[in-house]
Amino acid sequence: MKIAVCIKRVPVMEVKFVITADGTRVEETGLKYDINDFDLWAIEAGLQLKEKHNNVGEVVVISLGPDTAQEQIRKAMAMGADRGILLKADSAPADGLAIARALAAELKDGGYDLVLFGRIAIDSMNQMTGPMVAELLDLPCVTNVFKLEITGATARAERALEGASEVVEFPLPALLTIDDGMNKERLPSLKGIMAAKKKPLEIKAAQFSDVRVSITKMALPADRAAARILGDSSAAVPELIRLLQTEAKVL
Amino acid sequence: MANVLVFAEVRGGELRKVAYEAVTAARALAELSGGGSVHAVLAGGAGIDAKAEALAQYGADSVLVLEHAGFTQYNPEALAATLAQRLESGTYAYGLFSATSQGRDLSPRVAAKLGVGLAADLTGLAVTDGAVVGQHFQNNGKVIATLTLTGSPAVVSIRPAAFQPAVNARALATEAITSATDPMASRVKTVELKQGSADKLDLNDAPVIVAGGRGLKAPEHFALCDDLAAAFGNAAVGATRAVTDEGWRPHSDQIGQTGRNVSPDLYIAVGISGAIQHLAGMRTSKVIVAINKDKDAPIFKISDYGIVGDVFEVMPVLTEAVRKAKAEG
Repeated sequence: MKIAVCIKRVPVMEVKFVITADGTRVEETGLKYDINDFDLWAIEAGLQLKEKHNNVGEVVVISLGPDTAQEQIRKAMAMGADRGILLKADSAPADGLAIARALAAELKDGGYDLVLFGRIAIDSMNQMTGPMVAELLDLPCVTNVFKLEITGATARAERALEGASEVVEFPLPALLTIDDGMNKERLPSLKGIMAAKKKPLEIKAAQFSDVRVSITKMALPADRAAARILGDSSAAVPELIRLLQTEAKVL
Repeated sequence: MANVLVFAEVRGGELRKVAYEAVTAARALAELSGGGSVHAVLAGGAGIDAKAEALAQYGADSVLVLEHAGFTQYNPEALAATLAQRLESGTYAYGLFSATSQGRDLSPRVAAKLGVGLAADLTGLAVTDGAVVGQHFQNNGKVIATLTLTGSPAVVSIRPAAFQPAVNARALATEAITSATDPMASRVKTVELKQGSADKLDLNDAPVIVAGGRGLKAPEHFALCDDLAAAFGNAAVGATRAVTDEGWRPHSDQIGQTGRNVSPDLYIAVGISGAIQHLAGMRTSKVIVAINKDKDAPIFKISDYGIVGDVFEVMPVLTEAVRKAKAEG
């Protein structure tokens, strides 16, 4: 199987973000980066599929991002991906379709049986690039996949809905977005890290066109005040009930 | 003046609450752009037309009914093709979807077919010089971006619970429409819908959420949350990532960065320390109550009311008190 996994370099979120003076961006100084959580599960899914097919085929990791996104591609290769492609862009537009076009141009003639994305990038929270790429490449597409069985050229997947799920059948080649619950990603081994240094990583310039969505302002949500501690143990329950009824008016 | 095409989400033959929110938001968008018509697309199997009246109640001037056996289950390919065709051929300035699993699957396909922009998961919506301006959470909910979307039609999706459904009745007008592609010939086929339990409220629909964390110590202790939810009568039970990873609760119950985003009127966090991954999914709740034995737990920093104590001691008393308050209500 030839599998492409599209991954994104995203900030580690355990940080207090600062907005730049012009109010349109997040200050990047001091941020740490890693592979987007959902993309780790997409990589893991790709690696497991290749292993199931007697390691025949290849897992190619593609990332659209700055030069430093090579770090994330190397990490994916340390996990076991065979090679990487960086579509280099110092900054990416807020328009998901412009990003999807750039990725689709790279994927188009790749001969992939399966293209995997994470369900959502936790930085932009756009959750649109995968299905847009599928549309541009006219590939069958299933989003939010947390169970997958492939038999020859057909597949069966289960996709997560709010409080429910759907079982879906489709032919390959196809594009899937991977959700939480699919698997748990492996950690790169020392041997993997050494091997990744020698794996091929191709760098190309990303091409964007027809950008229609822009970020005109960036702000921090209002801070919530810390809780009023009503007391210890169940002795505080009557006061809580009173406040829920009279102050918060939710009971 | 600009007309709005809104997709009304159906699951298992029933309209979801988000459909009313979407029609309400579409009505507002039409008014914001100088007054226009709201056309709601209602797709489903035989008998789906019976649901059109409810959409007119929330402000749909016309309900476009797409009735065919091929739409009994979610049919993304035929739906995307039909919606794109409508948006292209009609007089629409905007296409509006709910930012649910279904809407976030469908809207990108439609935008890509049309070659237009998509602003997703908006919590606010305005029109400035003909362009849609909307608020959208980024970075795990820790920053709010204001997006500006140019071009026509502009496609947007709105976050569940961000727009409250408002009755704004119109006389029922329906129009039967046909699918742009053969709905039986789609490559992706939904073969089964696995509904959650019918008597269980969905996390996005419940005004009250009782969520449990690792502090409950064992899966059977979630009965404490189930009991409190039952006492409220309008509550759903959620869980943290730690809990769903342990398999104590299904993944679909997970609230947080990698799970569901919720904003109920009341959120009760039971034995939840408040990892950033969890806070990302619930910090927009209107009122937050935390019960935790560790007075320094981060959950208290974003809660309105806190009880420092043992959940096993507090919960039965709280459940009884809520039951009593409801009975007296």
